[in-house]
Amino acid sequence: MPKTLPKEYYSMLEEIQAIDFAITELNLYLDTHPEDQDAYKQLTELSEEKKKLLKPFEQKFGSIRADGIDDHWTWSKAPWPWQV
Amino acid sequence: MWVYEKKLQYPVKVSSCNPQLAKFLVEQYGGADGELAAALRYLNQRYTIPDKVVGLLNDIGTEEFAHLEMIAAMIYKLTKDATPDQLKQAGLADHYVNHGEALFYSNAAEVPFTATYIQAKGDPIADLYEDIAAEEKARATYQWIIDMSDDVDLNDSLRFLREREIVHSQRFREAVEILKEERDRKKVF
Repeated sequence: MPKTLPKEYYSMLEEIQAIDFAITELNLYLDTHPEDQDAYKQLTELSEEKKKLLKPFEQKFGSIRADGIDDHWTWSKAPWPWQV
Repeated sequence: MWVYEKKLQYPVKVSSCNPQLAKFLVEQYGGADGELAAALRYLNQRYTIPDKVVGLLNDIGTEEFAHLEMIAAMIYKLTKDATPDQLKQAGLADHYVNHGEALFYSNAAEVPFTATYIQAKGDPIADLYEDIAAEEKARATYQWIIDMSDDVDLNDSLRFLREREIVHSQRFREAVEILKEERDRKKVF
């Protein structure tokens, strides 16, 4: 387990979690309302927004996904979600 | 296939080491109306449900694994600093002698998880009504755990999970309406 993480880790991660939550909600809504173009537009906008939030977080704290873009392998290194 | 994201769906914080609360939370880990049962139930029903609602079962089933991971994180955090004596005080002695500090898929009373908790009837309406009931039962369980807990941080995460049960229940109700509409349309033509 790593040493204490900076406050930034939590605040940046929470922004990603918040946007992912909105994406999940739109995803489930679109599963039962597939014709709603406005909701679909919101989903695509938020997905673009998410990419912008992911980049600086992953550069600082390592990849969130195994195929994440980084300059070296950070994926399998701690901390894991239950350790923070 | 699935792709893992190295983060929880919603933050999990606990105020203090509290193995008693962890014991209650195990109900949502490997209990009849818990997150494991939910995930396995929906993902298994996907194969025989009409196309119009496969996506919903797929995506809610996937979200249930994220909830299972949140529950695991809660149990882990509430017990990781507990001494064997504290575990004994919390009624976890039987768990400790069998599993040490590991998590195990059982309900709060230590009964191991069983596939008999879940059904796949191959009848879309019967399956979806079971799913709606499962969400409502899980929502009630979250409420009972919140009632038993005085951990403010933990309760915030539990309230998030309780709300997700409500959303899932509503989506499943919509799925029932979609299938009824389709059935009625077929009768007309």
